[in-house]
Amino acid sequence: MSDSTDEVRSYTVRLELVDEPGELLRALEPIATNGGNLLSIFHERGNVTPRGHIPVEVDLEATPERFDGIVDALRDAGINVIQAGAEQYSEALTIILTGHLVNTDLSDTLSRIHESTDATVTDLSLSAPGGTDDASSARIRLATEEGAVDEAMRSIRTVADEKGLHVIEPLAAGGDA
Amino acid sequence: MRLAVIGAGAVGSAVVDLASDHGHSVTAFVDSSSAVIDSAGIDTDEVLDRKRADGVVGSDAPEDALSAEYDVLVEATPTTLGDAEPGFSHVQAALERDRHAVLANKGPVAERYADVRALERESEGSVLFEATVGGAMPILSTIDDFDPSHITAVRGVLNGTANFILSRMATEGLDYEHVLAEAQDLGVAEADPTFDVDGTDAALKGVIIANVLSDNETEYTLDDAEVEGIQEISGSALELARADGRTVRLIAEVVEGSVRVGPRLVPDNAPLAVSGTRNIAQLETEHAGQLNISGRGAGGPETASAVLADIGRL
Repeated sequence: MSDSTDEVRSYTVRLELVDEPGELLRALEPIATNGGNLLSIFHERGNVTPRGHIPVEVDLEATPERFDGIVDALRDAGINVIQAGAEQYSEALTIILTGHLVNTDLSDTLSRIHESTDATVTDLSLSAPGGTDDASSARIRLATEEGAVDEAMRSIRTVADEKGLHVIEPLAAGGDA
Repeated sequence: MRLAVIGAGAVGSAVVDLASDHGHSVTAFVDSSSAVIDSAGIDTDEVLDRKRADGVVGSDAPEDALSAEYDVLVEATPTTLGDAEPGFSHVQAALERDRHAVLANKGPVAERYADVRALERESEGSVLFEATVGGAMPILSTIDDFDPSHITAVRGVLNGTANFILSRMATEGLDYEHVLAEAQDLGVAEADPTFDVDGTDAALKGVIIANVLSDNETEYTLDDAEVEGIQEISGSALELARADGRTVRLIAEVVEGSVRVGPRLVPDNAPLAVSGTRNIAQLETEHAGQLNISGRGAGGPETASAVLADIGRL
């Protein structure tokens, strides 16, 4: 654990872009030119905000100092930065959900986990060997803020309980898992 | 030492069998309906042969064994919950006579720990119970050596049957019911495997660890443990875990005064991901990092070895 300012960290930035050609590129440029390393871009084209904007979630790596520069540069370029650096999505959490995942609306389950925990689902694998009407399993990887894993687990348990799903939790930090 | 061995199952019989090898004699040996008592020491081979052939250990009355001559009472009757009887009364009888009690039976120290310790305080005798957690593995004595105050957490795989089932399911891609039936054929799982697969057995061990760690401040019983079994684990869940470099193990976790048993995701190559009937306990020490103790967590001679190690410590 170090507070050194030259340590590279991961950040997630949420932007809202106007639906016009070239907007995404315009938004990514300040990141690259200010020394950020792009990890992933999640462009939610199908999910237009009430104001008609398109939300984009960008994962990047940068030192804290450069990250501040990136956010400033984005704002200077007139890009709507909804959330930046308030949270550091630095703890990955993998769980397995089992039960009637499909019949209980998997996408609703995921969005409720997302809403109630502030955790981002970064990966999902579903296995339904007996077909979608039968019990199935899903492996879900989430990114949460540092120190928020316990809270995220509590919310996941609540959602799972309500839907009669079963959660296989990871062993907490401190162990090897 | 002269031993009175109460209980003639796999563990009790193995203690009787191995006693002379450790320099002890057996002055009383009791099964559910009969007893053999001889203050000069019983002929252990003859008695064990008789038990195997006729199902009885001798012609003495079981109730006389508690008042027989012995230095150490070995309580190896089956674990019972709640009032932990008759195991608890056996321990009580020994301590009230200022004799030592060594337990393989989890009941008294999982369900009535404070009562056992109170009796011990009034007695010249001591109570040791290494065999109740993790068979042959020296878990409780290691905690004792480090001093409980220097152990911050204990996590482990403490039930070989559940671990066998989970590791078979993971490697063979088979479902729970199938592997359970196989485990029963192999003698790894009992005809009624409920306590193994529903987490109760591992939880009792977790509760005993919690009692030892709390050092008489808080008493834990099975009711204090959060317990979940492995019956709901599907082959597809294990497959998804494996595709991600992980596996599922029934983990007992004792940390900050809580006892929790349930299936957990652990990295495939983590020390806790032992396979087959193997057990492991991982101690989180205050000054010395992690300490892993792994070995055979069940079985007659294995558990008897822990009983005899305790007797050696008295």
